[in-house]
Amino acid sequence: MTDLIKVEQIVDRHGRSRDNLIAILLECQEEFLHLPREVIESVAVRVKAPVAQVLSIATFYRGFSLKPVGRHRIHVCMGTACHVQGAPRLLDAVSRELGIQRGETTPDMEFSLDTVNCLGCCGLAPVVTVGTDVHGKLKQTGIPRMLRKYVKDYKAKTH
Amino acid sequence: MPRLTIDDLKKMRDQTAGALALRAGTARARVTIHMGTCGIAAGAREIMAALLGEIERQGVTDVLVTTSGCAGLCSREPMATVEVLGQAPVKYANLTPEGIQEVFRRHVLGGDVVTVSALASGCETTG
Amino acid sequence: MAYRSHVLVCAGTGCVSCGSYELGAAIEGEIAKRDLAGEVQLVRTGCQGFCAEGPVLIVQPDEVFYCGLKKSDVPTLVEEHLLKGRPVTRLMYTPPAAPAPVPTLSQIPFFAKQKLVVLRNRGLIDPERIEDYIARDGYAALAKALGDMTPEQIIQEIKLSGLRGRGGGGFPAGVKWATCRQAAIHRGVEPIVVCNADEGDPGAFMDRSIIESDPHSVIEGMVIGARAIGAQQGFVYIRHEYPIARERLAKALDQARAFGLLGRGILGTKFDFDISVVQGAGAFVCGESTALMASLEGRVGEPRAKYIHTVEYGYKNLPTNLNNVETWANVPLIINRGAAWFTAMGTGDVSDNPWNGSSGTKVFSLVGKVNNTGLIEVPMGITLREIIFEIGGGIPRGRAFKAVQTGGPSGGCLPAAHLDMPVDFDSLTAAGSMMGSGGMIVMDDQTCMVDVARYFIAFLTEESCGKCIPCREGLRCSLDVLTRITEGKGDEGDIALLEEMGGVMQDACLCALGSSAPNPVISTLRYFRDEYDAHIRDHTCPAGVCKALIHYEIDQAKCDGCHACVTACSTGAITGQVKYPHLLNQDLCIKCGACVDACKREAVLRA
Repeated sequence: MTDLIKVEQIVDRHGRSRDNLIAILLECQEEFLHLPREVIESVAVRVKAPVAQVLSIATFYRGFSLKPVGRHRIHVCMGTACHVQGAPRLLDAVSRELGIQRGETTPDMEFSLDTVNCLGCCGLAPVVTVGTDVHGKLKQTGIPRMLRKYVKDYKAKTH
Repeated sequence: MPRLTIDDLKKMRDQTAGALALRAGTARARVTIHMGTCGIAAGAREIMAALLGEIERQGVTDVLVTTSGCAGLCSREPMATVEVLGQAPVKYANLTPEGIQEVFRRHVLGGDVVTVSALASGCETTG
Repeated sequence: MAYRSHVLVCAGTGCVSCGSYELGAAIEGEIAKRDLAGEVQLVRTGCQGFCAEGPVLIVQPDEVFYCGLKKSDVPTLVEEHLLKGRPVTRLMYTPPAAPAPVPTLSQIPFFAKQKLVVLRNRGLIDPERIEDYIARDGYAALAKALGDMTPEQIIQEIKLSGLRGRGGGGFPAGVKWATCRQAAIHRGVEPIVVCNADEGDPGAFMDRSIIESDPHSVIEGMVIGARAIGAQQGFVYIRHEYPIARERLAKALDQARAFGLLGRGILGTKFDFDISVVQGAGAFVCGESTALMASLEGRVGEPRAKYIHTVEYGYKNLPTNLNNVETWANVPLIINRGAAWFTAMGTGDVSDNPWNGSSGTKVFSLVGKVNNTGLIEVPMGITLREIIFEIGGGIPRGRAFKAVQTGGPSGGCLPAAHLDMPVDFDSLTAAGSMMGSGGMIVMDDQTCMVDVARYFIAFLTEESCGKCIPCREGLRCSLDVLTRITEGKGDEGDIALLEEMGGVMQDACLCALGSSAPNPVISTLRYFRDEYDAHIRDHTCPAGVCKALIHYEIDQAKCDGCHACVTACSTGAITGQVKYPHLLNQDLCIKCGACVDACKREAVLRA
């Protein structure tokens, strides 16, 4: 059950203003890890905006997700420096390893895989983040070991 | 803190002017850990923890530990700057938790620059 | 002009905080007074390593080292040593004989070639302590601007400095400020100042680093700008992906408020101004001014047509002055040290027209295939070669330099023939790239330029807001064509098609994201046409990047049978006995490249 009281508190903290919709949705996302339909509707009612307007913001910005995400969110950095250091191959490797494509979540809800456009740690390229942890200068062969840090009983799918 | 006026600000600048330089009688050394996003991603927090642990173990109280932003050389992070009273500052690069502890024992306490992990001495030129 | 003598005044932290700037100024004054200006030059240097004895200076070529100097020593020093040639023994110091066991920073090209102006406090101050910033002359420019200058004088100083916007376009900041001020006065409304910290270019992190290491320099710049323009309200629009920068900025704002440097009655004057931080939510297009303002208002970040500029009708239709982080961080120094000091660095003559040159310094993030990656600040006009080969230390593993990409997705790739080109706004634009916000990505012979062009177009296709058709559809079609080429399915007409679509986008797109989007394709076509031809005609990727056009092989002579690649291979394509050269089965190979990463002897080849 989504705790809509929390939504109301967040909206109230931002003065129930449409001007602050982005900040409101960011906080909701932090609270619920994604933006379920009822949260979006509740925000819309509370700021007196059409649901479509709230939804348009939630779908326009990359930072929002309408789908539930995994416990550990993996982001492969796709900045230029990471790209020339082989980020696309790294993304493929993580994708193969977890058996999911970019934008998807493993069925056990442990990992979500996505890309990000430059985290600004270009000196460590190629970079992958898991939650707030940054893994730099990563090689394909290091991926299973990296994943094992997060899920103790993690077994590489292809091995 | 009272709100400053233009004159207060000038006075404060004059009073604090020497504060950034190590002066005899305050501390024997200062260690600055460079903590920008890149430094933290490369493990600067672990370096800080290892250093603080070592200082506590050694029971030293007259060494200042401070943080600062990125030192610029991302490929050699994590980095730290060690200033011992009366000597030129030395920048250390590619540090590990064991590395910073060795730097603390040998350089800060013992006065010998740890040449294997030292990058260079001195400060950068500011325009 | 040749000088007979140089006075090297230390400008390291220690000496600066013991007054080496004031000392330098006094010496300069004394030199001028004794009419020695043509013979003796004063140079401010990095730390000379004798911080405890500061302020220190060296007189060259005599190699005489002075320390612990006071302003009152200056007349004697200049008269005795510089005029009469008699070193002043009582002020001299003999450094200890034992040489330092490590080189000094000034002997390392990475540091020696840089000129730190915007980054003057990096690594020296604690960004979370306003006292550190004040100790390094922080907020002195604000005091000067509020105490001794009228808004018009501030704007005039910025105009004379030739400061051009560091965010991409290079628009002269002084001109923008003046227009915004005029618009506000004309309409009788209050203008707004905004700091663009939505640093979206991939491979660029200058603004993040400036905020992280010296947040007060940005705040001080904004307060001065607000004073000049007449604003009472300001915003920093910061990227969602920069949590540490956001945290430090919020702390700095709180401290500035507590010290009376923001809020009502700043520094005891009648001037009120405050800054709010607004977070983006991950949209590259929000770096564009009109999209940023839409996002500030809590709307979808779609740009609008700009026949009316944001300096006249911006945030909530108020005159809005937008500059990026690095531009704002330059402002306090220009006010403090004057436009002439700023124009002494850089290229061109900006005295009549700021468009005539590029003054000051530029911060770059030097990344990619280069030995010393990092954040650097260099005077405008330095060559690409100096940046990449001296500061950057060249290309790793001795590989060949191929190109350097500047300006982010709106910029271009420059080949080796342009290495000796000076880096400034106009030279980069003339060469088909642009300054942009300062990302500089170095590429070697293992980088495929068609793939790079495809990468940027793919990036922009995802980031296009979709409002105007030329951008939305033009990018999608360009991506299709480029993908086809990288898969070896390109046709002879594809290049002409890319050029045609690029032309339409340049003419017809609503905002700069779209109109500059063809730049990566156009610049790679201009300089690396042969790579496109190789993909289209010969179905090969010379750099060994495009998956469909390459295969992997094991060099039987180099392989020592260590088995590392066999373990790394997820499809069982590599077989072989330990200590005997291995074999790769092409039918099973998915070309993931894991074997290349695993091999320590470079025995796996991409061809």
